Amino acid sequence: MTHRRALGIPAALGVLCVICLLSLAIGALPLSPAAVWHGLTDPASSAYPVVRQMRLPRTVLGLLVGAALGVAGALMQALTRNPLADPGLLGVNAGASAAVVTATALFGISGLGGLIWFALAGAGLISVLIYLIGGSGVGSPARLALAGTAVNAALYAYVGAVELLDTDALDRMRFWTVGSLADADFPTVTRIAPFLLLGALLAAGCARPLDALALGDDAATSLGGRPALTRAVAILAIVLLCGAATAACGPIVFVGLMIPRLASRFTGPSLPRILPYCAILAPVLLLGADVLGRVVARPAELEVGIVTAVLGGPVFLLAVVGRRS
Amino acid sequence: MSRLVTAGVTASRRRPVLVGVGCVVLALGIALASLEPGSLFTSMTSADVFVFEQLLLPRVLIALLAGASLALSGAVFQSLTRNPLGSPDVLGFTQGAATGALVGVTVLGGATLVVAGSAWIGAVASAALVYLIARRGGVTGGPRLVLVGIGVAAMLGGVNDYLITRANISDAAQAALWITGSLDGSTWSGVVLLAAAAAILMPPLILASRALRIFEMGEDLAVGLGLRTELLRLSALAAAVVLAATAASQTGPVAFVALCAPHVARRLTRASGPNLVPSALVGAVLLVAADWLARYAIPDRELPVGAVTGLLGGGYLAFLLAQQRRTGRI
Amino acid sequence: MQPNHASGPASRLAARRLTISYTHRTVVRELDLEIPDGSFTVLIGPNGCGKSTVLRALARVLKPSGGEVFLDGTPIAGLPSRHVARTVGLLPQAPITPDGITVAELVARGRYPHQGPLRRESPEDRRVVERCLEQTGIGDLAARPMAELSGGQRQRAWIAMALAQDTELLLLDEPTTYLDLAHQMDVLDLCARLHRDGRTVVAVLHDLNQAARYATHLIAMRDGAILAAGPPATTLTADLVQQAFDLPARIIEDPESGTPLVIPRVHR
Repeated sequence: MTHRRALGIPAALGVLCVICLLSLAIGALPLSPAAVWHGLTDPASSAYPVVRQMRLPRTVLGLLVGAALGVAGALMQALTRNPLADPGLLGVNAGASAAVVTATALFGISGLGGLIWFALAGAGLISVLIYLIGGSGVGSPARLALAGTAVNAALYAYVGAVELLDTDALDRMRFWTVGSLADADFPTVTRIAPFLLLGALLAAGCARPLDALALGDDAATSLGGRPALTRAVAILAIVLLCGAATAACGPIVFVGLMIPRLASRFTGPSLPRILPYCAILAPVLLLGADVLGRVVARPAELEVGIVTAVLGGPVFLLAVVGRRS
Repeated sequence: MSRLVTAGVTASRRRPVLVGVGCVVLALGIALASLEPGSLFTSMTSADVFVFEQLLLPRVLIALLAGASLALSGAVFQSLTRNPLGSPDVLGFTQGAATGALVGVTVLGGATLVVAGSAWIGAVASAALVYLIARRGGVTGGPRLVLVGIGVAAMLGGVNDYLITRANISDAAQAALWITGSLDGSTWSGVVLLAAAAAILMPPLILASRALRIFEMGEDLAVGLGLRTELLRLSALAAAVVLAATAASQTGPVAFVALCAPHVARRLTRASGPNLVPSALVGAVLLVAADWLARYAIPDRELPVGAVTGLLGGGYLAFLLAQQRRTGRI
Repeated sequence: MQPNHASGPASRLAARRLTISYTHRTVVRELDLEIPDGSFTVLIGPNGCGKSTVLRALARVLKPSGGEVFLDGTPIAGLPSRHVARTVGLLPQAPITPDGITVAELVARGRYPHQGPLRRESPEDRRVVERCLEQTGIGDLAARPMAELSGGQRQRAWIAMALAQDTELLLLDEPTTYLDLAHQMDVLDLCARLHRDGRTVVAVLHDLNQAARYATHLIAMRDGAILAAGPPATTLTADLVQQAFDLPARIIEDPESGTPLVIPRVHR
């Protein structure tokens, strides 16, 4: 058992490295490994603009966003103990969408640089609202989920109404909503990195307390835990991770839902052991989907959000159906 | 003693009746208000009569019927999945209906009847697919159905995103309007369709509430009490999906009605059990009120009813939750 | 007396060559079992020996992968479920309490197999519910929500619900778990009373001494097979405890009831 566990992480990392290389090499212009290397290191190389300025930021962003979504998903499922729960339930996506549609329709902002701050603010604001309605620490997991669903519905209704009243907004939003890595650049990466770093630290900090919380509030308290504090920290971590990821590339919903379920098949239910797997496997899925999206529709590409859903769906189904009930 | 027992059994029965009566009064009141009765008594031109008979009346009737259908189906799903987040969406309903509608709009030309038909097929087919996949290996109980539903819904969501981004903008707008939910295209044939579906499917579902109450106490106990759980699950799911799909074919998947109305009903009646009839009535009120608001909230612009349903229903549910937190109820 | 067919079981509820498997594991293999009519039968055995599984199969909640459960000489799988539910009642280990339900409502749900799809509660249903509340000593709690009750009261409400099913055979899966000693005795006394009133009661219990005191018929299991069955006085021996639990023990006479009392030996 410990033997398998010791091998698991390096193996997953190996797969991740291969996927990263593929992400640098594959696209409208396929490159050999040597060309990739030159493109990374030699500004004079003809591959330099493609690799260094387009594919490298895209790969780095995919790594960060994927890891963030995977970890946020694991936290969310531990927090709510509900198989229907994904980070979107906390209003992250709906809040970001509402803020982005407001920014596009009312203020005419369209550049990614400006939208990031709106998205992040929207995600943060709405999660706090849902957390407060959902019982701020004392409520049952079902209550939090219900509050999330209610507020989400109201926000999506708002988004839908704005889109239908303003066709330009619809036109921009339909591409933002899909979730894509295509517009990645280094300024985006540096903008979201601090949020992700803080979120990751908080996630690592609350993993063990959340495990205790899985036994119920009373058991957790008797084990020396502080349920309300743990929940607050976990939610803050989710908002930072998922909010920043969504702000950078739009709502990519399925990763946070699927990866923790798959990861727990390797590790069992222990959150401190699930999180590293999530942080590695989620970028594997996201970058893999991104690479595939560049291949199948060449010379155009398929947005990563679409590929993740269509590709991840069957894998998820196999995992669910294959498991004995 | 006997009085106590009677009180214990019936105390929680009086409220549902009150809530039900209140809902009926409210629904009819709003329905009448949206029919603009003032104009009925003043001189009506033939154009007014046409507007009233061909546009307003079917619209209000469809709002009532579709609201009740969606809400009833949602209540059945919450009971069957023993999950407060259960709704036909558990079986990929909204995404399936949307895929059908998108195919209808982008591939098949977008005629109203075609979109309605393909949406109906999309919803029912995705639900059947989810059930069949979950069924593999025996029982569909527990979280299995829900998980399979999530997987299928996510895949269809990807397909929908693809179709929407690849469509031209006017098709995309038509599809977006349909997915949000709208009562614009209400016709008398739609009323007849929904009334027929309601007449056929609602009575057996309401009769099943007794069985659903038993079902909620867990699989073992339900079987012990003589309930054929797999049969109940299959037949109730099928009836609820067809009911919701028929409603959605006319209005679009105003799916939040299905999720929200049962919770509002439960919080108003404070009764245990699936609360099927109060849920249906709350759903009818919700949709007809949302439609009234949708038409008059912004002068000169009409909002799609689904947008208002979400704002109204979501807002009200959030309000109820917040209020009950303050009063210390669960 | 039931007519005794040449090959058929002698008692109303019995199992023949019962095999029950979960996906990869066979829990019970080729088990023959009789529940003597009018007995208070108690199933004992170590954790995971299959006693709950057998009980659930007897109530046809679990479908056996081989063999057959017989009710009144007929394979139970072929009987109409309503008929079975009027004859055999089951209180499972972890039933789900619906949100916001009152005690009387919960107990009334036990009347389900006696009601048609259209019929509302009859005066007869009312009377039975009232009697069951009385029998379990929770008449004054009828109008209270389940959520407000203590563990012991809640368990009585569940037993009252199973009673309201009004069956001649009553199966109880660990009815005393989570209860304090006084409440355990309460529940077992209640079971004994139900037995005296003419019901056949089958229960899974963990406490051997309680089993010996209350049971008229004891079935000891291990690894999905029956080790011994019979009256407690002759069945519950030091040998049996050793075989079933790997526990060296002495058996003395219970000074209170005269039944066997298991005293585990001190390990040194």
